[in-house]
Amino acid sequence: MIVAKRKPFDEIKDMLKGYKKVLNVGCGTCVAVCLAGGEKEVDVLNAELDMARRLEDNPIEISGFTVERQCDREYLEALDAVVDEYEALLSMACGAGVQFLAERYPKKPVFPAVNTSFIGVNQDVGWYEERCRSCSSCVLGMTGGICPVTMCAKGLYNGPCGGTNNGSCEINKDQPCAWYMIYERLAAQGRLDCIMDVVPPQDWRNQTPRTVIQPGYKKPEAA
Amino acid sequence: MKSGSNLEKVLTAGHFAFTGELGPPRGANVEEVRKKAAYLKGKVDAVNITDNQTAMVRMSSWAASLLLIQEGLEPNFQMVCRDRNRLAMQADILGAYAHGIRNMLCLSGDHQQFGDHPQSMGVFDIDSMQLISMVKKMRDEKTFLSGAELDEAPNMFIGAAANPFAEPFEWRVHRLAKKINAGVDFIQTQCIYNMEKFREWIRRANDMGLTEKVYILAGVTPMKSVGMARYMKSKVPGMDVPDEVIKRLQGAGKGKVAAEGIKMACEQIEEFKEMKGVAGVHLMAIEWEHKVPEIAEQANVLPRPQVD
Ligand code: SF4
Ligand code: SF4
Repeated sequence: MIVAKRKPFDEIKDMLKGYKKVLNVGCGTCVAVCLAGGEKEVDVLNAELDMARRLEDNPIEISGFTVERQCDREYLEALDAVVDEYEALLSMACGAGVQFLAERYPKKPVFPAVNTSFIGVNQDVGWYEERCRSCSSCVLGMTGGICPVTMCAKGLYNGPCGGTNNGSCEINKDQPCAWYMIYERLAAQGRLDCIMDVVPPQDWRNQTPRTVIQPGYKKPEAA
Repeated sequence: MKSGSNLEKVLTAGHFAFTGELGPPRGANVEEVRKKAAYLKGKVDAVNITDNQTAMVRMSSWAASLLLIQEGLEPNFQMVCRDRNRLAMQADILGAYAHGIRNMLCLSGDHQQFGDHPQSMGVFDIDSMQLISMVKKMRDEKTFLSGAELDEAPNMFIGAAANPFAEPFEWRVHRLAKKINAGVDFIQTQCIYNMEKFREWIRRANDMGLTEKVYILAGVTPMKSVGMARYMKSKVPGMDVPDEVIKRLQGAGKGKVAAEGIKMACEQIEEFKEMKGVAGVHLMAIEWEHKVPEIAEQANVLPRPQVD
């Protein structure tokens, strides 16, 4: 899932300082699962904003509306009827959701309430770890299911580097060396041949916005 | 000859090579480069010019390399993958060659977190292995990484680093083999203190026939003090300093530790001269350039061979 973390309260408060009527739009998918921007977090943030603004003698009228998925047009529709009542929108979705919201209501200022952090896994309640940088050409088959782009501090395709330190990465004793783990896993599986050849330079064209169209589908003429 | 560099000539003629190292200044201090270079002149076959070593900004390695050429020394231009993408790298390789640089060392680079700009973005567009093959491609196929033809090839003698000690030890020789497949001509190893482990590494490299395909220069850094040895052991990633080394330095007595460190380095160099598969020594006397003449003398590597 996509993992996000709520922005520091003062930063959010500062973005909204000129607005008196705001709708906080939560998202019920990834950011709800990682406890950053679901219905509950919308309520908490709104209560905090309400209180803080009252103390400042600058009250804000803030409501909440959590959609199933902010990155899906189908679910945004429900907002159409209410958006006009507000001066600005606050979004607790990931960066994609915030943009989709801003795109749908181009006349409304839209502010992000979370910092979108990474694609990761749930290690325990409230504890998430990054696992994928969505590089667009997955090499996990060659690397024993351990991502060199994400888990190696230098994103090396032909590691480990000279700094590998008895299983730890050179940056920190508590950070495992991805390439040490890759070696160990492949060795245990008898598949070291996977990393014997030099991997050629990566195609980083993923730095332009990417599009995926699944087989059997096509891009609609007009969105 | 691939490059015709002095280092390549010395190695191909079968001489025991001896290279040094110079760290560019943290500023535009030309005199400092010239001063350090003067100590090394005539004492080494080529001088590694580090590239923002330990991720601290310094005078660029190609610029300091040019100063070295002006002083009549041969640079070994280091390039790390941390600070530039493939466009900048290829441009710098061409520029360096155009100005007479003939050796280069391809490195990943220490992580930016260690340096004076930990906020910077680590580039790592390509890694050190891919850098080696890119330089080889530019030299031998006369094309850029993209495959487009280039107008006059940069004929570099291509070097890389190797760490003979890091775990998994079994992988070490395979990694060396990978660098050879990528196209490396010479290797300079991490500083060696654990001789036993190094002997084992080179034995494996010999057994796999790797030492016939690449020149290996053993990395030597004399210990200046017990504190330095302790620091290297505990703080420098990838460094293997056995307790005996620290004990021997401790036993040297007050005021004699540095001399003992140099003596130990010279003993190592003597052993490397006889060691099958070792083609030379890379002396990294960091911020100790003025000691290089003394060390070279004591290690019996002078005069340096002149090969035409
Ligand atoms: S290689 Fe890593 S970053 Fe790329 S898709 Fe696979 S897991 Fe994600
Ligand atoms: S130590 Fe391992 S994980 Fe860290 S940068 Fe080097 S290869 Fe990558």
